[in-house]
Amino acid sequence: MFVIFLFNAIRFSTTFMFGCTGETITEKGGNLNLGIPGIMCVGAVGGCIGESIYLKSLSDISRINPFLAVLIPILFAMLFSGALGMLYCFLTVTLRCNQNVTGLAITTFGVGFTNFFITLVDRTNFNVASKSFTKFFPIQDASNWFVKLFLSYGVMVYLAVIIAIIAAIILNKTRLGLNLKAVGENPATADAAGISVTAYKYGATGIGSAIAGLGGLFYIMDYLNGSWEYSIDAMGWLAIALVIFSIWRPNWGILGSILFGALYIAPSYLNVSFSQKELLKMIPYIVTIFVLIVSSIRNKKENQPPASLGLSYFREERY
Amino acid sequence: MKSTEKSAREPFFQIVKRDNLVWWKAWLIRAAAVISAFLVCGIVSVILTKRGFGSFYVSLFKGVFQTERRIWNLFQNISLLLCISLAVTPAFKMRFWNIGAEGQALVGALASAAIVVYFGGKVPEALLLVMMFGAAVAASVIWAVIPALFKAQWNTNETLFTLMMNYVAKSLVAYFINVWVTSGSGVLGVLKFGHFPAIGGYAYLLNIIIVAVLTVLVYMYLKKTKHGYEVSVVGESLNTARYVGINVKKVIIRTMVLTGVLCGIAGLLLVAGTSHTVATNTVGGRGFTAILVSWLAKFNPLYMILTSFMVVFLQQGAAQVATDYRLSNAFPDIIIGMFFFFIIACEFFANYSIKFRLAKKEKKA
Repeated sequence: MFVIFLFNAIRFSTTFMFGCTGETITEKGGNLNLGIPGIMCVGAVGGCIGESIYLKSLSDISRINPFLAVLIPILFAMLFSGALGMLYCFLTVTLRCNQNVTGLAITTFGVGFTNFFITLVDRTNFNVASKSFTKFFPIQDASNWFVKLFLSYGVMVYLAVIIAIIAAIILNKTRLGLNLKAVGENPATADAAGISVTAYKYGATGIGSAIAGLGGLFYIMDYLNGSWEYSIDAMGWLAIALVIFSIWRPNWGILGSILFGALYIAPSYLNVSFSQKELLKMIPYIVTIFVLIVSSIRNKKENQPPASLGLSYFREERY
Repeated sequence: MKSTEKSAREPFFQIVKRDNLVWWKAWLIRAAAVISAFLVCGIVSVILTKRGFGSFYVSLFKGVFQTERRIWNLFQNISLLLCISLAVTPAFKMRFWNIGAEGQALVGALASAAIVVYFGGKVPEALLLVMMFGAAVAASVIWAVIPALFKAQWNTNETLFTLMMNYVAKSLVAYFINVWVTSGSGVLGVLKFGHFPAIGGYAYLLNIIIVAVLTVLVYMYLKKTKHGYEVSVVGESLNTARYVGINVKKVIIRTMVLTGVLCGIAGLLLVAGTSHTVATNTVGGRGFTAILVSWLAKFNPLYMILTSFMVVFLQQGAAQVATDYRLSNAFPDIIIGMFFFFIIACEFFANYSIKFRLAKKEKKA
């Protein structure tokens, strides 16, 4: 029972993990992208469009190639969500618009776009295609707890962990990451040091959005086995909460995601009433608020949000 | 030789901040943005629906103005959106990014609904309305002041804090509905008590009057009072505010109390004036839309009448387009989203001008 709970928590947490890693990279560059919920939705619908195109190109469903059935939706999801991230970047970096306002508009648009176009996507045989997502390792021994907990997930679960670890290494160990953090902390100083603020912001937001979009795709194709649900934007807001919870560290984000996943699905495993379930759903947000407060009270430099988070940078302006 | 080297290094164009744009030019830019937004929305709807270009606008206007009921709906929706926009404006003016108006209004609605559930029918209707008002304002003020206290004391990031409070509020509403509705349906039906009186037979008139009065009051507060001035100074420069002896902590908390009061009133209007019930989506995203409305109006309450009108007009009109063409009900969101992009982008052209290198050279010659 506990193994199954943990298995489901880890599986569910992947949605958050993608969103959290993507948003962390974005925020490290000083952009508070509140469009992440919309971008995750668009990633999901983009992936579905890609999958639909691939499935239509097959003469027969039994000739499905599992590798392509996963790769094509992933590329489509990254393309769609990356494009929306670029739109956000164009508005906030090039046109220097307010980030909060732009992000909320992106979310409005992204959710609308998704809910509109998903009704037009032909989703026949998606349950078959989703099997390519959920099976990765050939061993599927459900009785062995080790196999169940570590080896029985779909490919995107491992992908999420790998991306989070790579992001953590790049942010903390490489010059690229150092430069990006410099842009997020103080763009004027970074600019003076010869770092292209615009390029870093575009790169971080674009890549971050593309990664976040995979979260939406995972939720639909793996967690829901190819059926649709209009609740991806709620996951997106939780992913933003998770960035704070993990104090802007992708490697902590992995553990944070699993914790959030566990908290999210816990109510259905506990024997509690409907009303108590609703109260339990509050916990991830309250925990996040708690982390936010504690980190601001302790005021340790390494645990703070990037200093220029949410501010547009204009070289000729004095601060 | 030297000059070619210089021009090679000079960027092709340069972005320069405008100091003071003549007011009519700024409005011309915004009007152009609104018109192009409308045109693009029309084009997109043609692509999506494969119908004539004009029929989109016909449906749009019909959806808003065709019947008396729709016009009342328009004004009712404007008044609600405007009320929440008014609530967030003073805080934005001091650069306190409160994106939790959704939750703040929702707890106000929840508190007034709670009063109806527990006291409805047991006390006179007038007293009930007063109690609802008190409860809604108290609940919203608490919700708004918690992030403000932490911001003032420890500089806790208010954007993220208020965002999280939204979802706590939603869970709280879901919890109380499940407590009150024992059938387990999770839907609180229409409440029988605590309705606003229909003035002259018009159910929404009181809502509209209240918000109209509030608009003028908030305008006066921001423009004519010492409090409003202090808010502007804190927004412009924290250091200046400290230097001239403004108690910044006090201003932050006081302004968020005001936000709470206005959100509480919005919650009351939602329960007593409009929907007569409460659900997790009672506020319906208005808390987020209000941010855009307020920002587009440059935090001026009088302009906000205009911007909230535009937003509600598009929402209601696009909803009609969706029904007429049998599109998904997500269609208005696409239209609104695109509309916002245009308006947001146009602020760049109002604040900055682009100077091309070529133009400069010609001048020299």
